[in-house]
Amino acid sequence: MILLLLILIPFVSGLISFLWKSESVKGWALVTSLITLIVAGVACQIGTMNDLTYEHNWITSLGAHFNLKGESMSLMLTLLTAIIFPVVFISQWNKPVEGLNRFMGLMLMTQAGLMGVFLAHDLLLFYFFWELALIPVYFLCSTWGGEKRIKVTFKFFVYTFLGSLIMLSGIIFLYLQTPDRSFGWEAIKQTGASLPAMQQQILFGLFFIAFGIKMPIFPFHTWQPDTYEQSATPVTVILSALMVKMGLFATVNWLVDIFPAGTAYWSNTVMILAVIGIIYASLLAWVQTDIKRLIAYSSIAHIGLMALGIFANTDIAHNGLMVQMFNHGINITGMWLIVAMIEQRYGTRNLKELGGMAGTAPTMTIALVIIAFANIALPLTNGFIGEFMLFHGIFQSANPNHITFMVLAGLGVILGAVYTLNMVQKVAYGESKTGDVIKDVSKNELIGIVIIIAIILVLGVYPNLLMGILK
Amino acid sequence: MKPLIASALFGVIMMFAALSVKEKKTFSLIAAFLLAILVGVNVYELCEVMHNANGDTTLFGSMLRYDSVSIWFNTLMTFITFLYVLLCGKNIERVGQHVGEYYSLIFFILCGANLLTGYSNLLILFLGIEILSIPQYILAGSDKKSLKSSEASLKYFLMGSFSTGILLMGICLLYGAMHTFDITKFNFMEPGGMNMMALAGILFLIVAFGFKVSAAPMHFWTPDVYDGAPTPFTAIMATIVKAGVFMAFFRLFSQSFGGINAHWSLVLSIVTALTLFIGNITAVFQQSVKRMLAYSSIAQAGFMLFAVLSVNATGMKGLIIYSVAYSVATIGMFAVLMKLKDYTYDGFNGLAKKEPFLAFAASIFLFSLAGIPLTGGFFAKYFVLTAVMEQNTNMAWLVIFALIMAAVSVYYYFKVLMAMYFKKGDPEMAMEVTSTDKVVLGIVVVIVLLIGIMPDVLIGWLTN
Repeated sequence: MILLLLILIPFVSGLISFLWKSESVKGWALVTSLITLIVAGVACQIGTMNDLTYEHNWITSLGAHFNLKGESMSLMLTLLTAIIFPVVFISQWNKPVEGLNRFMGLMLMTQAGLMGVFLAHDLLLFYFFWELALIPVYFLCSTWGGEKRIKVTFKFFVYTFLGSLIMLSGIIFLYLQTPDRSFGWEAIKQTGASLPAMQQQILFGLFFIAFGIKMPIFPFHTWQPDTYEQSATPVTVILSALMVKMGLFATVNWLVDIFPAGTAYWSNTVMILAVIGIIYASLLAWVQTDIKRLIAYSSIAHIGLMALGIFANTDIAHNGLMVQMFNHGINITGMWLIVAMIEQRYGTRNLKELGGMAGTAPTMTIALVIIAFANIALPLTNGFIGEFMLFHGIFQSANPNHITFMVLAGLGVILGAVYTLNMVQKVAYGESKTGDVIKDVSKNELIGIVIIIAIILVLGVYPNLLMGILK
Repeated sequence: MKPLIASALFGVIMMFAALSVKEKKTFSLIAAFLLAILVGVNVYELCEVMHNANGDTTLFGSMLRYDSVSIWFNTLMTFITFLYVLLCGKNIERVGQHVGEYYSLIFFILCGANLLTGYSNLLILFLGIEILSIPQYILAGSDKKSLKSSEASLKYFLMGSFSTGILLMGICLLYGAMHTFDITKFNFMEPGGMNMMALAGILFLIVAFGFKVSAAPMHFWTPDVYDGAPTPFTAIMATIVKAGVFMAFFRLFSQSFGGINAHWSLVLSIVTALTLFIGNITAVFQQSVKRMLAYSSIAQAGFMLFAVLSVNATGMKGLIIYSVAYSVATIGMFAVLMKLKDYTYDGFNGLAKKEPFLAFAASIFLFSLAGIPLTGGFFAKYFVLTAVMEQNTNMAWLVIFALIMAAVSVYYYFKVLMAMYFKKGDPEMAMEVTSTDKVVLGIVVVIVLLIGIMPDVLIGWLTN
């Protein structure tokens, strides 16, 4: 029941937001998202003891059920979703938005869709939420954002929709193989694992295209930098902190477990792609002058490392992946919030035009530096433990090329430090090129940033808090 | 039996009403009232059949055989026509002077569709197709002052007659081979193998049905006719009529030719692939939304052909869902279109600002046509594709191809959406959106969503 609430609260409050015609809708959205956060917290607390489930009949003639299940990874991601939304709402509190009620409504709808993706325990239901999370994001990206947003968002939509449809053909095939025509996770898993290797390989491909586009993994990433750049900050946060996790989560939950032979066949290829993605994206991030694009590419690199972790197929990599999924969500949210502040104050995101922020806005600079450190996984920040475990796991992997993968991925981390610190240096230090004296963080922005930084530091020092959920 | 008589009778009543009624508005009211009764008659018949121990009702020496599925299908189609009259009534009144006659022709179309869902004899099939088609020729040309409308009518009539000829040829060949018109008594296997004359007949029938459902490469008449005909009548031609013919197509090919589907499924699957390809790709290049909807109806026919290819029970369910979801969404989309003066994409610019509800309804219909989950269109596509895979796993190539084409369709459906929501403009309205319109559109939206969440409302009881 508590799992159902996690989907229903944002969904219903989103519907109400559409009808709420006054400015106070943001208060409503914040309050309901905080309620969702409390519910998610309670769910995680209960979830450490035993798995949560919710079952209900849905389409009897198809054997589809409205089944939800909350276990370690899914609960952690619902918690992340529940944290990110109120943080975004708080830090964007004073930002004027045209059509605020529609904006909030779509945001909350997205939250409901994301919760559904992470909790669904039935393949058809999963597919439903997978698409449901996409539609409001399509409207969010196209309505608010940069000049080229409509074209860019459309590319993003067609890309992901095509991926989903290809996955749908796999779903249909898999469904027809189940003995009693069911979409339940257990039935799908049994059927998937018992299929001949050849079929598993094909099905793996069909599913992975959808998930790989969503992550995105090289070479399916071309939609990503443009979309991140053009979207409004709250939407970029949702896309990069949460929607990419859909791809990773789905790969773990609906792919690796279900087609073991397919995974064995493809894992080397995927790992090579992931490593190429890490190096390629890091190099591109290095030469970007637009901060948003820089972070977009750095995100591809981070996702690549997590993808490596999935296919390393060791326990420690698996745990590292979960920790890192959570931390990446937190860090990149902090990054986007800071970038939004910079853009709002200087009116530009171009690194060549920025500089000397430390002189006029010390708080913002401190926040930027801490979040940048977390982004490059310095010890004492949350990023460290996750990356450490991932590397450890990749090193232990049975894959014959594991050392090469690890070394190359490590190169990515070094490059990450280069471009991130380069960015910090250009933005915060040196002479101010515009000569503007800017205002430091406002109260609401400070709350958002403090929450993020608190999570970064607490999890950096005491990661066991998170491990508790992961068991 | 009763719905058949009732629909013909109501057609005659509408015709004579034209003599005494002067107010145009009254016709729509009478038609809506009669359609509501017709829905009731259908439901009554459905209850009767379901309580009947034998199950089916046979008529005229078993030339007609109604089972619960065919009556259910008729009920749904009649109900959609009812919604159609509520939504498009005002536009029908505007087409010309003879409103009563337009409505009487619509009742005759329903009468033809009724025969097509219940026939058990090739002669009745022929009769049904003709009763269904002839009113359409007239309706297409009903805007007598418009040259385009007359052209559409003539083109439709010529092409239609041509396809009727092919249909007759097919029926003749089958009769020659089988010595019977009864579709349940065909026996295709001879000591020497397949009866070739019968096979030739089946191929002729595929071509003839292909004409009627606008499957490629027999689709050339469709865009011109749909574009030229007065828009309210395009809406019914593209939906109720198409669904009715598909039901006939499915009935013949599953009940009678299902056992020998290995002999014709390759031809039909090529037709399907072509239809999907041509429909979707050509729709991308259209400038007018009305013409885009014409090509989209070709593309959607490609998906409905999957049901015929499958010849199994899942396909039957899929066809029912597809017919309803597609018809409802298309009629709704046409209803929105008719509120606007300019039928090009630019005519939709900024509609979301001016008429938020209209734009919202239109986007739900477009989602459904594109097959996005939570709308009826998703389950429609899901069921027909699953049905084919269930029949033959080797058809996977066609399924994947169809899904890629569905992704293409997003392009032209979303162009409308983008115009409505993200482009600035002040669309000129052809007529104002009354609160009645909004209520009916709201009902249609709810139906589309309901099928998308609970497809069992349409087919749940068929499983037992």
